[in-house]
Amino acid sequence: MSISFQDVIATGPITVVSIVALVVLIVETIRDKTELLTCWISITGLVLAMIVAFTSIENTGTAYSGMVNTGGYANFFAVVFCIAGLLSTMLSKSYIQKENIEHGEYYFLLLLAVVGMMLMAAAADLIIFFLGLELMSVTFYVMAGFVRKRQASNEAALKYFLLGAFATGFLLYGIALLYGSTGTTNIESIISRADILPPNTTFLIGLGLLLIGLAFKVAAVPFHMWVPDVYEGSPTTVSGFMSTGGKAAAFSALLLIFAPKLVNLVGPIQEVLAVLSALSMIVGNVIAISQTSIKRMLAYSSIAHAGYLLTGVVAANASGTKGILFYLIAYTVMNIGAFGVLSTFESKDRQNLTFDDYAGLSSKKPVLAGLMALFMFSLSGIPPFAGFFGKYYVFVGAVEAGYTWLAIVGVLMSVVSVYYYLRLVVLMYFKEQAVISEPTVSSLGLTALVISGVAVVELGIFPSTVLNIIANFF
Amino acid sequence: MSIPLHYYLGLSAVLFAIGVAGVLTRRNAIVVFMCIELMLNSVNLTLIAFASFMGDISGHVLVFFVMAVAAAEATVGLAIVIALFRNRQTVNIDEINILKW
Repeated sequence: MSISFQDVIATGPITVVSIVALVVLIVETIRDKTELLTCWISITGLVLAMIVAFTSIENTGTAYSGMVNTGGYANFFAVVFCIAGLLSTMLSKSYIQKENIEHGEYYFLLLLAVVGMMLMAAAADLIIFFLGLELMSVTFYVMAGFVRKRQASNEAALKYFLLGAFATGFLLYGIALLYGSTGTTNIESIISRADILPPNTTFLIGLGLLLIGLAFKVAAVPFHMWVPDVYEGSPTTVSGFMSTGGKAAAFSALLLIFAPKLVNLVGPIQEVLAVLSALSMIVGNVIAISQTSIKRMLAYSSIAHAGYLLTGVVAANASGTKGILFYLIAYTVMNIGAFGVLSTFESKDRQNLTFDDYAGLSSKKPVLAGLMALFMFSLSGIPPFAGFFGKYYVFVGAVEAGYTWLAIVGVLMSVVSVYYYLRLVVLMYFKEQAVISEPTVSSLGLTALVISGVAVVELGIFPSTVLNIIANFF
Repeated sequence: MSIPLHYYLGLSAVLFAIGVAGVLTRRNAIVVFMCIELMLNSVNLTLIAFASFMGDISGHVLVFFVMAVAAAEATVGLAIVIALFRNRQTVNIDEINILKW
């Protein structure tokens, strides 16, 4: 067992982001006032990693003695995580300046989280999956508490940390029992042994515990209690990054372990997943209606979106899987966009985060209001924006798999969600009220918002650009 | 005469349950964290038992990773507790409640 240079090249995106993260850390230590430099190093590094991932998407295989997958699925997700990281970095620059938390390690942590996410999506072995998950989670704990002097941020970090570590315990126990019942930690071998094994309680308990851990990370009901508090207390750009990159990473691993083959083989798991999915859609959407803070509303909507995405896992067929992958990339751009507008408009001490603060925004800041409206339309799944096609494929998958009731719940709950998303649009455009503070938009942040907006429209009008790439994976 | 596998598994299941019970009932953030560590260590025991009885190396390897990760988590966790304590002068999780709907 040795590490060759080929392995390093084959896992190109992971290598690039890891090196850039270390460079950022070194630059930060040896020089003063490096915030601008580290920001640009991170942006360059992420763009570079995205290009590497995109060009080597055809080279499917494994590296590091079969521990890590390369190409295809892994690289697709690497691109998604780079987009999430890139947009967050661009939006963060002015936000962390405003919040007085502009330290170089912010970018270091962000890059490290991207590495963890990539490892999760590329995992061929439960050990790598566990390492990736923890690398991502531990950096998120720190980022959630990044505004050290603010009590809300401290509280968010502590809640996230305690509940996250608690979930890790369950997840690990699940891994240990799966290992004990199958004798291997290789994900593919575990799945292929599921149909040879006689009905095995240890195996089922292991899968169940692993599902608890993952359901916590994707924020599915009833493991969602941390989400609203953590998203509300964390710095806004960090919440945006956690809700998109973190969710996409957790789903990439969920889809690897609870692959269609396993879900179809183990009936009880499919039923459990269906219940989790329905509960997440109902609870997330219904509680989101009563929120006054937009940040908290987006947190509950993130729970609801986890429910829609789980529908695709339950379906366990080609449409469902395709739907999840498309949905994740769409969700990444639209939700980071929404959090981005929030972070631009937010003023010191967590002001300007409620619905009422957005009344009449369109007359003061037409571009910002227009983009926010675009993201809200897309999040509620109105065609022709990106969010619509994600939902469409996921629900089609569920109907094909015979889970029509789940698709019906999903569609009904999407209708409910229109109420709270469009309430914001109505407030921005049809309410006359003086906006108290004038948000200043940095050019870097605005670029990120425009990129997200263009991506939302592009993915909605030409979904085939992404669907053609996805179609080759399965 | 060696100890049978299910003794180890039983012990680690009991330890895990004690850890879970502790997390759910204790109110001091540091004690909660200690209970989480207990859960992780019970998992380590399970892994070692399985690996040793199957004569397989990957369980042992995973235990090393778990220990390293637990150490990293402890560092971050205690740092968060200290940052919180500086602002609030408490580590009781019932009093840490400014975020709620």
